[in-house]
Amino acid sequence: MFAALDDAGLMIGRSLRHHLRALDTLLLGVLLPVFLLLLFVYIFGGAVHTGGAYLTYVVPGIVLLCAGFGAANTAVPVAQDLTTGAIDRFRSLPILRSAVLVGHVVAGLLRNLASTVLVLAVAFVIGFRPAAGPLDWLLALAVLTLYVLAMSWLSVCFGLLASSAESASSFGFVLLFLPYLSSAFVPVETMPRVLRGFAEHQPMTPVIETLRAAMAGTPDAATAWTAVAWFGGVLALGYALATYLFARRQTAG
Amino acid sequence: MIAIRGLTKSYRSVAVLRGVDLDMPQGRVFALLGPNGAGKTTLVRILATLIRPDGGTATVAGHDVVREPRRVQSAISLTGQSTAVDELLTGEENLILLGRLRRLGRGGARRRAAELLDQFDLRDAGRRLVRTYSGGMRRRLDLAVSLVRRPRVLFLDEPTTGLDPRSRQTTWAAVRALAADGVTVLLTTQYLEEADQLADRVAFLDHGAIIAEGPPAGLKSQLAGERVELRLGAPEAVRRAVAVLGDGAQPDAPRGAVLVPTDGSAEQVRVLLNRLDGAGVPVDRVAIHRPTLDDVFLTMTRS
Repeated sequence: MFAALDDAGLMIGRSLRHHLRALDTLLLGVLLPVFLLLLFVYIFGGAVHTGGAYLTYVVPGIVLLCAGFGAANTAVPVAQDLTTGAIDRFRSLPILRSAVLVGHVVAGLLRNLASTVLVLAVAFVIGFRPAAGPLDWLLALAVLTLYVLAMSWLSVCFGLLASSAESASSFGFVLLFLPYLSSAFVPVETMPRVLRGFAEHQPMTPVIETLRAAMAGTPDAATAWTAVAWFGGVLALGYALATYLFARRQTAG
Repeated sequence: MIAIRGLTKSYRSVAVLRGVDLDMPQGRVFALLGPNGAGKTTLVRILATLIRPDGGTATVAGHDVVREPRRVQSAISLTGQSTAVDELLTGEENLILLGRLRRLGRGGARRRAAELLDQFDLRDAGRRLVRTYSGGMRRRLDLAVSLVRRPRVLFLDEPTTGLDPRSRQTTWAAVRALAADGVTVLLTTQYLEEADQLADRVAFLDHGAIIAEGPPAGLKSQLAGERVELRLGAPEAVRRAVAVLGDGAQPDAPRGAVLVPTDGSAEQVRVLLNRLDGAGVPVDRVAIHRPTLDDVFLTMTRS
């Protein structure tokens, strides 16, 4: 048990070093959220009417968009490890089998949370004044962590299936696109009927609404449970599929 | 140390291994030779617990690769075809990571890393990211990573493909030292010269089956032994030389040469030259031709 934790810890350290040393991806991962925040607030913000300050409305959406994009990038190092043979070497060691995957997922989560904190800090500088209390922040953190973990494991599946690091990175665009079809950036009431039906019921919306309500200091249990049900399910499915695909490499290649 | 019985493996309908039997004693270097697609890598991957065989059994260091993979993993190290070292870590960090995964502890892993960097001529590069290493340096580091904890069995899948001569020498020296130290080494290679230099025993794998196995010298002597090649030049001279020397002499008209079986002694060569000299057939050059594993390989895979 301790040995397994030790293995996972070593692999998390390895993946964190990768994040810190791949400067271009690190900069993209950190600057893109900030850039998007400024873009939405100062360029689109004037034209969108949400019944309140657009900054307050859009911050949870930006946080979710960037967390999803960051989580999707977990596919890339997984695919890289497969092509370089690093995974073969780790699999021939008497260590926790999934340690290398856990390393990528947890390191990705930490990087995501760091860039989320940066987005919130920049938002604060330009006037974001959330009414959330400590418990509300805890709820927001918990839901965001669940979302990132679920998306990361799904992304690991893509990485295990992709033939190269380049094709693995395409998963990011799905997660970069989906939040636009939700209440992340504009209220769903403004969308055409068909789109609105999709936007109201797709899984991103309850997560965004949970974050939004928590930051406003008015958490809503029903929405939060819907979000937890969706992404708890995705997490279970993604984790199961990832470990299955990883084990299946026994017989392939 | 390694015992393989009736091992089979297919991918979809393609049989990659069709009943392989092999035994490898401890502390020897065993070379697995064969053309591309013969099944060498598949065999190594089965022995290293990365894939499961369809049929047959394989034991490594006394443990079954399917039923006791953990025990096998504790006894082996694998250096695959593509270098598995981490580009974004330094050479030292790569070694320390593997050392800690092999349970050497923090200090133990650090000390072992320093030793290996010295041994593999990487001391000055130890603190640099592997991204900046040359191909040869990466391969050396890759081998060093496999030796962080002395394995009982070491698998090397084409360890010197694409290496410069110096890196190849370093690798060979390391393999010899390991075998002398009691480590069983199984290497696959396409370079028959490498097998000849390093291996105590050689097996030829072709279309998923072992077609020949034994010590390199034995395999070579199964074919034609040494021959003297006499370069004569003109076709007329070749004809006359064959007439003078009789039965054993084989003409090689396109190259203007005659090949005569020999035991390699100076005396026999002197007799040959004297007879030709006496018959007035001038000889340009003399060469001793030894059969190489290439000859064995080409003969075997042709039939």
